[in-house]
Amino acid sequence: MKSFSKMVYPYVVWATIMIVAPMLLIVLYAFTVQGNSVLTLQFTLDNFARFFSDQVLPTVLWRSLKMAFVTTIICILLGYPTAYVIAKNQPGKQAVMVLLITLPMWINMLVRTYAWRGILSHMHMSGEIKVYIGMVYNFLPFMILQIYTALSKIDPALITAAHDLGANSYQTFRRVILPLSLSGIVSGITLVFLPAVSSFFIPKFLGGGRYVLIGNLIEDYFISTGDWNFGSAISLIMAVIILISMYITKKLDRQPAEKERR
Amino acid sequence: MEQKTGIFQKIWFWLIIAFFYLPIIYVVFFSFNRSKSLTNFTGFSQRWYQRMFESRPILEAIGHTVACALIATVVSTIVGTITAIGLSKSRRVLRETINQVNNLPMLNPDIVTAIGFMLFFTSLRIRTSFWTMVLAHIAFCIPYVILSVMPKLRSLDPNMAEAAMDLGCTPMQALTKVIVPQIKPGIISGALVAFSMSFDDFVISLFTTGPGVTNISIYVYGNVKRVNPTINALSALLVVVITTVLIIVNVVPMIHERRAGKRVTASQIETGIH
Repeated sequence: MKSFSKMVYPYVVWATIMIVAPMLLIVLYAFTVQGNSVLTLQFTLDNFARFFSDQVLPTVLWRSLKMAFVTTIICILLGYPTAYVIAKNQPGKQAVMVLLITLPMWINMLVRTYAWRGILSHMHMSGEIKVYIGMVYNFLPFMILQIYTALSKIDPALITAAHDLGANSYQTFRRVILPLSLSGIVSGITLVFLPAVSSFFIPKFLGGGRYVLIGNLIEDYFISTGDWNFGSAISLIMAVIILISMYITKKLDRQPAEKERR
Repeated sequence: MEQKTGIFQKIWFWLIIAFFYLPIIYVVFFSFNRSKSLTNFTGFSQRWYQRMFESRPILEAIGHTVACALIATVVSTIVGTITAIGLSKSRRVLRETINQVNNLPMLNPDIVTAIGFMLFFTSLRIRTSFWTMVLAHIAFCIPYVILSVMPKLRSLDPNMAEAAMDLGCTPMQALTKVIVPQIKPGIISGALVAFSMSFDDFVISLFTTGPGVTNISIYVYGNVKRVNPTINALSALLVVVITTVLIIVNVVPMIHERRAGKRVTASQIETGIH
């Protein structure tokens, strides 16, 4: 069967060129001076110093993180009960309900967000709230589906057992259902927080142009300003922060995962 | 988990569903608006549909989106399947490394992957065009195909291909006649994921496309500041097409199953087995 293993080699080459090299280029650009050619590389930390000493930019980063965090919390609060209701139905009904949730996801995100622009123009509310509505709208389905998947895997016998052993509905939920669905919440957080931090068309469509997030900054530095080194530095900062938050989120999930393995 | 759902739970579920469908219904409704307004409905007309089918940029954007999605799907499905089969037989170190590398575009925010491609193309002095966009789409679709084919390969009996070759198959025949048919569901779902990822992509396309080459997402993005009701018509068209496709995809297998069921019972009756 060794002959089949050779079938990987073309992709190894491709992945090195098309995935690894672009990522390394971002790091390279972030640590070099603008206007460099490959022959005269000049390394610097100026791009990072410039970002953190700026009057506005760190607040933009902070705002993006705050908005992504609040969006994630809202998605858990709305998504958990929804997933719970779905999981409580008969299997046939569950499939239809899940289909109802997934159908809108097939329609282009920009198109759906654009439609919200029309609806929200009827209402007087701040740009910030409109951006929140747009984000929750776009990312809530991911949270619902992740939590639903975790809930539907719970063995019903465990719930019966909890009741038989004298737990009331609240205790059963708190001690049995919630811990077992934690893995769903954690993967939901990843699927909501990550795109929410970096989203840039939602604030652009719904925030009235003034509501700038980190994604808008990166887009600006690459497409309008053309300062790629600084833009790369900003994306690197964002990527590192996301990596750290993912690591923390994963830690939350470790305990139940270990129990499962045992 | 099966329990009775109360009236409040039903109301809650339908409120969430209403939230999800509201903008879709809104955009379809306003695509028939006579005036340019996105807020006041002044009467029915089909002028924005007419305008859409006369608009070159929109038709081009649709064409680019479909062409790019088709090419990216075909190439990434073939390459992804071949790679997955290879990975299932290769050393653990290599498999783990490739998985980690594939995680990069899947776990990174789209915008980071996108600027990576953009820097890559400009560093190599490749002028961005429709084809750089296609290349980027292929690159971010392959990991998803691998991800959906791998589990099917894992559940495959490792001796199967060997047995086929012992019985006189060439390695190529063992691959196409034994392995591929068994992992077909994984390949199909991989292809579907790839198509929908490519079709809906905005961020990566925006950064890798050439000047003047737009897809549907980029067109919507570029026209959002102006009042342009043809976008409503375009959105409504997408809604109708996608809903139809999804209904066909979901209903046709059901009908097939029912027919197949009937045929089985019919043949059972013919042969006298009940």
